[in-house]
Amino acid sequence: MIWTDLLPGLFGEHHQVNREGELLRGTAQLDGQTLAVVGTTDHAAIGVELALAQARAVLDTVRDHPGRPILLLVDTQGQRLRRRDELLGINRYMAHLGLCIELARQRGHRVIGLVYDQALSGGFITSGLIADACYALPEAEIRVMRLPAMARVTKIDESRLAALAESNPVFAPGVENYVAMGGVRALWRGDLAAQLRDALAHTPTTDERARDGAERGGRRLAAEVAQRVAEHPAQA
Amino acid sequence: MSLANPLQASFAESTARERVLQLLDAGSFTEILGPSARVMSPHLSQLGVPSSFDDGVIVGEGRLGDQAVLVAAQEGEFMGGGVGEVHGAKLVGLFQRALRQRPAAVLVLAESGGVRLHEANAGLIAVSEVMRALLATRAAGIPTLMLIGGANGCFGGMGLVARCADHVVMSDAARLSMSGPEVIESSHGVEEFDAKDRALVWRTTGGKHRYLMGDCDVLVDDQLGAFRAAALQLLGQARPLTLEALEHEHALLAGRLADHGDAADAVDIWRRLGIADAPSVVNLDAAELRLLKHPAQEGAQP
Repeated sequence: MIWTDLLPGLFGEHHQVNREGELLRGTAQLDGQTLAVVGTTDHAAIGVELALAQARAVLDTVRDHPGRPILLLVDTQGQRLRRRDELLGINRYMAHLGLCIELARQRGHRVIGLVYDQALSGGFITSGLIADACYALPEAEIRVMRLPAMARVTKIDESRLAALAESNPVFAPGVENYVAMGGVRALWRGDLAAQLRDALAHTPTTDERARDGAERGGRRLAAEVAQRVAEHPAQA
Repeated sequence: MSLANPLQASFAESTARERVLQLLDAGSFTEILGPSARVMSPHLSQLGVPSSFDDGVIVGEGRLGDQAVLVAAQEGEFMGGGVGEVHGAKLVGLFQRALRQRPAAVLVLAESGGVRLHEANAGLIAVSEVMRALLATRAAGIPTLMLIGGANGCFGGMGLVARCADHVVMSDAARLSMSGPEVIESSHGVEEFDAKDRALVWRTTGGKHRYLMGDCDVLVDDQLGAFRAAALQLLGQARPLTLEALEHEHALLAGRLADHGDAADAVDIWRRLGIADAPSVVNLDAAELRLLKHPAQEGAQP
């Protein structure tokens, strides 16, 4: 879905979100409560500038509007793949965005991620995936890498990966698989405003993804392994 | 290791297990879910790929300078240190353990290409969980230290995790960044980034450049003892995440973009940083580089 169609579905006429290049930034009202809206569009490649611009929007919200909920709108093809970005330390710029979102969470802002179009790999880790929880539209696309590229890198036959993708959510793109694994909390269908209202009221602030993945059967080991390490008897 | 003093051995050439044993006080390390526990990836066997009994990461507890610490070490020889479901969960569990035990630090000897592509979706979520678990530990005032010295560097999601920690220590032989040069070359061509040009790769992502840019706090020689000494210095030193700290970081990163956004090569940046003989940086050792660093240099992580 394009962002200009998304916002009316979420907020009716009550949105003041501007597009600056690939950056989306502004405010919107739900039931009279103002939210900050920060995100990207056009399958943006997240380079140093776009990471920094999103960080600025989050920091401004934390500084000027304590407690205001933040909605992160995700549409990215991943990190920008350029030598200049690596030279400038793109991992630090992207981590900075993640740290700003973390700061907002720690200071009591609800932070909701919404994949409304496409989410790939690195561009997703320090946006939707570091929110309190991340949601997605059913038609959205989430993946690490396309199967042909995955076949090339892993040196595993593409037909074998495609067959596995049929039965194992780990290998297959698609938002349903991310729901099964707990990475996406739920898909938003139908009344988007109602879904957002519910998310703002009921999203946990702790990381429940491993537990969700186990309960939903998409990621059976993560929660148990983490718990075994955390609770292993201490040595004297 | 055949050296008389194992602390002088190369960090890069040591295994993850050797690194942990030499980093911590002698005889103090206890592994949790070690190889005998056989906690392995459930996904690799389906692909016909060999598994590892520890899924490529060692986690446990021990002492450093007689203070309690938790430690993790990624094994770069197994799947490039890539983070899969179990590998990531062991790291998450270690950070959760830190919240219970309140050690003097959590040390992560990071060597990773990031998400393990063989476990694509699970790996991506796992990296994100590691990041959140690290940040929860940091928020509790427990210092998180990233020690980066492996031959595979620290890339992708782990490159992001590294910059979320309180402190980063690197050797001049290590690399820290986001996308590997091969990925960039295959995406935009050899003229964008020649992955075979080792000098260019190290200038762009290596420890010396990261240190001069302030992306790592401490630059050490490629020796186990040097990493141990650096970690000892950082115990108990938490960096609280505050609005002020992040505003400072933001100004630093904006300034870097303004000052160096048009630089074609690391050497240009080093020259602008005031290093007269910038091309010679590649020949300096860690001690010489530390001396060279300008006092007004942009600094530590937020």
